[in-house]
Amino acid sequence: MSFFLETLLGGLMSGMLYSLVALGFVLIYKASGVFNFAQGAMVLFAALSMARFSEWIPEWLGMDNLLMANLLAIVVSVVVMFAVAWLIERLVLRHLVNQEGATLLMATLGIGYFLDGLGQTVFGSDIYKIDVGMPKEPVMMLESVFEGGILINKEDFVAALISAMLVLALTIFFQKTSTGRALRAVADDHQAAQSIGIPLGRIWVIVWCVAGITALVAGIIWGSKLGVQFSLQTVALRALPVVILGGLTSVPGAIIGGLIIGVGEKLSEVFLGPYVGGGIEIWFAYMLALMFLLFRPQGLFGEKIIYRD
Amino acid sequence: MKSSKLAGAIAAIGLSAVLASPAAFAAEEQFFPVIAYRTGAYAPNGTPWANGYVDYLKLTNARGGVNGVKLIWEECETAYATDRGVECYERLKGKHGGATVVQPLSTGITFALTEKAPVDKIPLITAGYGRSESQDGSVFAWNFPLLGTYWMGADVLVQHIAKKEGGFDKLKGKKIALVYHDSPYGKEPIVLLQERGKMHGFDVQLLPVAHPGVEQKATWLQIRQSKPDYVFLWGWGVMNSTSLKEAQATGYPREKMYGVWWAGAEPDVKDVGEGAKGYNALALQHGAEKDSKVVKEVLEKLHAKGQGTGPKEEVGDVLYMRGLISSMLAVEGMRAAQGRYGKGKRITGEQMRWGLENINLDQKALDAMGLAGVMRPVQTSCLDHMGSAWARIHTWDGKKWNFSSDWYQGDEKVLRPMVINAASKYAEDKKIVRRTPDDCKK
Repeated sequence: MSFFLETLLGGLMSGMLYSLVALGFVLIYKASGVFNFAQGAMVLFAALSMARFSEWIPEWLGMDNLLMANLLAIVVSVVVMFAVAWLIERLVLRHLVNQEGATLLMATLGIGYFLDGLGQTVFGSDIYKIDVGMPKEPVMMLESVFEGGILINKEDFVAALISAMLVLALTIFFQKTSTGRALRAVADDHQAAQSIGIPLGRIWVIVWCVAGITALVAGIIWGSKLGVQFSLQTVALRALPVVILGGLTSVPGAIIGGLIIGVGEKLSEVFLGPYVGGGIEIWFAYMLALMFLLFRPQGLFGEKIIYRD
Repeated sequence: MKSSKLAGAIAAIGLSAVLASPAAFAAEEQFFPVIAYRTGAYAPNGTPWANGYVDYLKLTNARGGVNGVKLIWEECETAYATDRGVECYERLKGKHGGATVVQPLSTGITFALTEKAPVDKIPLITAGYGRSESQDGSVFAWNFPLLGTYWMGADVLVQHIAKKEGGFDKLKGKKIALVYHDSPYGKEPIVLLQERGKMHGFDVQLLPVAHPGVEQKATWLQIRQSKPDYVFLWGWGVMNSTSLKEAQATGYPREKMYGVWWAGAEPDVKDVGEGAKGYNALALQHGAEKDSKVVKEVLEKLHAKGQGTGPKEEVGDVLYMRGLISSMLAVEGMRAAQGRYGKGKRITGEQMRWGLENINLDQKALDAMGLAGVMRPVQTSCLDHMGSAWARIHTWDGKKWNFSSDWYQGDEKVLRPMVINAASKYAEDKKIVRRTPDDCKK
C-alpha cells in the first residue's frame, strides 16, 4: 500500500510539473488561438538565460552572494523573455494577422527552431546548473502508519507548490482583470476584438510576455531538477498529452490534465510496465489522452465549439 | 626559328601546367571524415569527444604528419540521429580523394553503416561501442570495436562486484538492476548479464528508459521497491545525470551504482556534484588524464598558439581523452598500413583495414606518444578486431574522477563463445563467408 501511495504521490507531483509547461501552451492558445509549438524552446531559452546570467553576473560584479545573483539573473531573464516576446510580435505575428490558424502554427514551429539555435549559440550547448536552493534529499513520512514510511521527493513537492501558486495567479489574471478579458476577446475573434478598440499587437505582446514568464518559472524548476541543456525542451512533449486531455483553453484543465497524466504514466510504468517490457510511460500518456478525446474531443475542460451555417 | 618558338611555347605551357598542378608539389594528404554531434540532446557529451578527436589530428600534423602525409578532415553534424549519421557518411565518403576510416560515435549509426562499409570498403572504428560480436574480424571484416565492447564492459563490472562480494559464488541470490537507454546501445549488455546471471545465480532486473531519459521517476520507484544490490547504468547524455539525481531523491546509495564508460565522464556528474559522490563507472582504459604527456603536448603545440579545439580547460577530461585516443587509433592504423604499402603515401580503405588489423602498440610506442599510464598496449589481428580487453573502475569524489580499482580483463572463456555464436548467426543471416587465414594475408 505504501508503495502504491508513493507512486501515486510521485505521479501527482510530476503532473504538477507537466502542468507548468502545459500552461504556456494554454495561455497562448487561449489569448490568440495559436498552438505554440515554440513553448519547449522558450522553456529552454529562459532556463539558459537564467543559468548563464546567474553565473556571469557574479563574475561581472565581483560578488559571491548566491541569492542576489539569482535575483538579478531572474530580473535579466524576465527582460530577455519580454524582448523575445516583443520581437516575435514585431517580426512574425504582426505580419500574420487574420491568417489561417495553420499558418500561425507553422510560424511558431519556425520560432521554436530559431530559439533552439539562438539559445545554444548565445549561451552555449554544455550542461549548466541552476541553483536556487531547491532541496535534493528525500524525506520519509507516515512512518508510524506504513512500514518503512512513504518517501517524498522534497524538490518535487516544492516545485508542485510553486506551480499551484502560479496557476492561481494566472486564473485571477484571466478572470478578474480587464487585460485578461481583452486577451480572451482576442482569442475569440481577431477582427471583432480590433473593431471594439482592443489593440491586437499590444495584446499579443502581453500574452507572449506572460507565456515567457511561465516558461521562465518552468525553466528554473526543470533546470534545477535536470540541469540546463538541450533536452529540457523535450519536456514540452510531456506536456502535449496534458493539454490534449485538459483542453486547450482551460487553465484549470491544464492542472487536472497534468495530474491525470502524471499519475497515469507513473502507475502504468510501475504496475503494467514489467509485463510488457517497460519503457511505456511516454506512449501511455498519449494513449490516455487519445482515449479521452474519443469521448470529449474538446478535452476535459475545453470549450465546445459549435458552428452554425 | 618558328619551330623553336613553338617548341618553347609548348615547353612553357607544359611547365606552367606542371607548376599549376597541386599534386606536383603539395604533400600527400589523407582525409578523415569527422562524424560528430555538437548540437541536440547529447551535445554536452559529443562535443568534448569531437574536440579530442580533432585535436589529435591537428597534433599529428604538428608532429609532421604520418611519415610526411598531412591529415585533412571535415566535420559533419549528426545530432546523434541515425538518419543524419548515414547522410553524413554518404556526403563525406567520396570527398578529398575518399574516406578511408569512419568513426560514427553512435551504436545506432554503426548498425546502419555495418552493411555499407563492406560495399564502400571503408573500415568503421567503434572504440568502446557498436556491436559486441563485431570483435570477430572473420565475419565483421570492416568493423573495429577497438579497446572494448559492451559485453566486455559488462563482464568487467560483474568481475568487479564479485571481487567486492568475496567471489563469484557470493553473487548467488543477488539482484542487479540494469537501467538502460532504450536503444540498440542500451540493450547490448543484456545478453551478457543474463548469461553471467545463469552462471552465478544472480537476477537481472531490466529497466528501460526512453530517449532522452529526462523522466525516470517510475524507474527509480521500481528500484526503491525491488531494492537491487547493485544498479548498472547504461545511459548516455542527460539520462546519466538524471539517474544520479533520481537515485539521490529516492535514497539509493551511489556507491552501489556502476556506469558503463559512456556514463562515467564529467558532463554526467558535474551538475550533480556532491550528490554523485561515490558513484562508480567503467574507465575504457583511460580516465581524466590532465597530467599525461600527450595532454601537455596538445596544450603547448595547439592551445597555447590559439589553434586548439574547444575550451582549454576541458583538454584531458574523460570524453576529450576518448576522442583523442579514438583518433590516435585511426592514425596508428594508417601508420601500420603505410609500413606495408609505402611510407609517405596516401592509403586506400582496404589498406587502412589491413593497418587496423595489424596495430601493435606496445608500451614503448605508447610512451613515445605521451600515453604512458593512460592506456595499456593494444594488438589487433584479422580475427580479433578489439585488440585489448582491459578496463578499470573510477569513482567520482564530488569534484573529480579517481581510479578505484586494479585492471580487469574481460573473460575470454565467457566472451569468446558468445562472440563466435552471435557472429556466426549474423554470417548465416547475411550469407557472409568467414574469412580464412589466407584471406587475412591479402
